[in-house]
This record gives sequence, C-alpha cells and structure tokens, in this order.
Amino acid sequence: MNRLLLFIPVVVFALMGIVFWIGLGIEDKTSLPSPLIGQPFPEFELGVVEDGRTLTTKDLKGQPALVNVWATWCPTCKAEHAFLNELAEQGVRIIGINYKDDDAKARDWLSLYGNPYEYNLADPAGKLGLELGVYGAPETFLVDSQGIIRGKHIGDLNPRVWEVFGKEFEALK
Amino acid sequence: MNAMKVFILLISLFSASAYAVIDGHKYPFEDPADAARFEQLAEDLRCPKCQNQNLADSNAPVAADLRDKVYELMQEGKNDEEVVNYLVARYGDFVRYKPPFRIDTLLLWGAPVLMLIFGIILVIGLRRQAGASPSVLTAEEQQKLNELKARLNDSETTARNTNS
Repeated sequence: MNRLLLFIPVVVFALMGIVFWIGLGIEDKTSLPSPLIGQPFPEFELGVVEDGRTLTTKDLKGQPALVNVWATWCPTCKAEHAFLNELAEQGVRIIGINYKDDDAKARDWLSLYGNPYEYNLADPAGKLGLELGVYGAPETFLVDSQGIIRGKHIGDLNPRVWEVFGKEFEALK
Repeated sequence: MNAMKVFILLISLFSASAYAVIDGHKYPFEDPADAARFEQLAEDLRCPKCQNQNLADSNAPVAADLRDKVYELMQEGKNDEEVVNYLVARYGDFVRYKPPFRIDTLLLWGAPVLMLIFGIILVIGLRRQAGASPSVLTAEEQQKLNELKARLNDSETTARNTNS
C-alpha cells in the first residue's frame, strides 16, 4: 500500500500533463473568441471610401456578406487581397471597413490591387472597429441577410481558411 | 507643498504604472477620485492585442483606443461595472484580468479548493497508515532478529580480539 502511494505524484503529474497538453492544443492564442457572434451588427453611419456617400446599418442587410476589416498599413491585408479578389469573382459579397486609414491611400491601393469590395466604409478613428471588438487587421465577419453577425475570422483569408469559413458562409444563404 | 508634488512625481517615475501616470495627463478629471478610478480600470483591463499587459502598461494602438473609450464612458457617468461590461461585450472575457464565476469557469475557480481537499485527504490517509503500521514483529521475525544480533556481537568480539 505504501509503495502504491509513492506513485501518486507521478499520476498527478501525468494528469496535469494531459490537461496542459489538451489546453495548449485547443487554445489559439492569437485569436480570441468574439462575444459578438449571434449579435446584430453594430449601428453605424459612415462615409464610403470610393465616393463619399453615407451608408448605415440598413445598407448591410438583404444578402449575406463578408465584412472585411483592412488597412493599407497592414501587411497581412495585402497578403489576403488576391484571395479576396478571387472570392469577389466567384460572386461573394464583400464589404470593406477601411480601419484607421486614410481615404486617399485606400483609393490608391484599390486601384492598384483591384477592388473586391461592394463598398468600403471609412473608419478613420476606428470607432466602428471598437464596436466590433477589432484588435488587429485583418479581421473578417460573416453577416447574414438580417444583419446578424454569424462568424468571425482573425488573420488573413486564404484557401485553407476558406474551406471551413466558406462553408459557414454558404450556410447563411 | 510644491516639494511634495515634485516628490510624488519623482516617485511615480519609479512605479510600475508610470505609463498610466504619464498617460493620465491626457485624461483630465475634475474629481481626483475619478482619476484614481480611471487608473484602476486601466490596470484591471487587459489589452486584447497583447498577451499579458494591461491597458495602462501597453502602448499598442488598440490599448490607447480602449483607454480613450474608458475615459469617454466615465465622462458619460458610467460606473466601473458598466465600463467593464461595455468592453467585455465587444472583446470578450479576455479583457478582464479577473475571470467571472460561471459554469465554464467552474474548474478554474474550483481547482485550488479541490487540490486543497485532495491534499488534506492524502495527509490524513498517510498519517492514519503510519499509525496503523505494525511495529510489533512476528515470532519468526523476532527470532531472526535475535540471530542476527548474536552474529553481530560474535563478529565484533572476534574483531576486538584480533586487534588487541
């Protein structure tokens, strides 16, 4: 019996090892779960980068959309841009939020690299970004036709991410 | 009084939250109690971009935005709980250093208590066993012990004799 007790620390260590191993595996430290999933898209009234007209939350509704938060100062945004162009060609509705950026710079970027966006909302002070819990561009939200946020991806969109994220998007149609 | 102010300012340069003090100049409060509240909130809220820095210590742009938002909400007369809830609703529980007590955080809060109970049970168990362990030898073992003692005595005697 005494000998068996000697094994208790080993057993405890093994159990803790298993728990930590699982914890390390499931926790992606670079992306936080969004509490906004299932919530309506925050109210906004913002200018459009391309032509300066003002749009509100109502203009978002009607069709499911990807809402992509990006900026010209964000290298990863450039990395995902080609893939966004591809998605737009496939008919995916993408709405941009030009986050903490300059409209003129954004227009230059769009004419240089192509414009996959239906329109880009100008958010120079990051107010809408804060409402959306944005902490690093690029971030992409799935919004259904009712304007409810259904999903979020932090980091660049690419074919590998789209395998899962795209299915979630298709399910909204 | 002026010397006192300079002294406090100098001291604050050495404190861990010097950034909060420096940044505090950007956030004027009429009531010093509110300024203290602001600093406390900036200490207690975690920067979402950083792994382990609070809003006061982080110089990430998002941390500055959140500090501004906390200030704005306070100017609107929101209390600490409302400010924290506002940020949690957007950034999730990650922004709080003190996790809430809920079903899914039960293990987090309960684990130390469970460990303590486990430890107490273990100690009680071990002590009981120590008390119950047989200190009396069986007749057979006693006989063997006597034999061994006798043999030891013999060899000692022999050793002494040879030495002298």
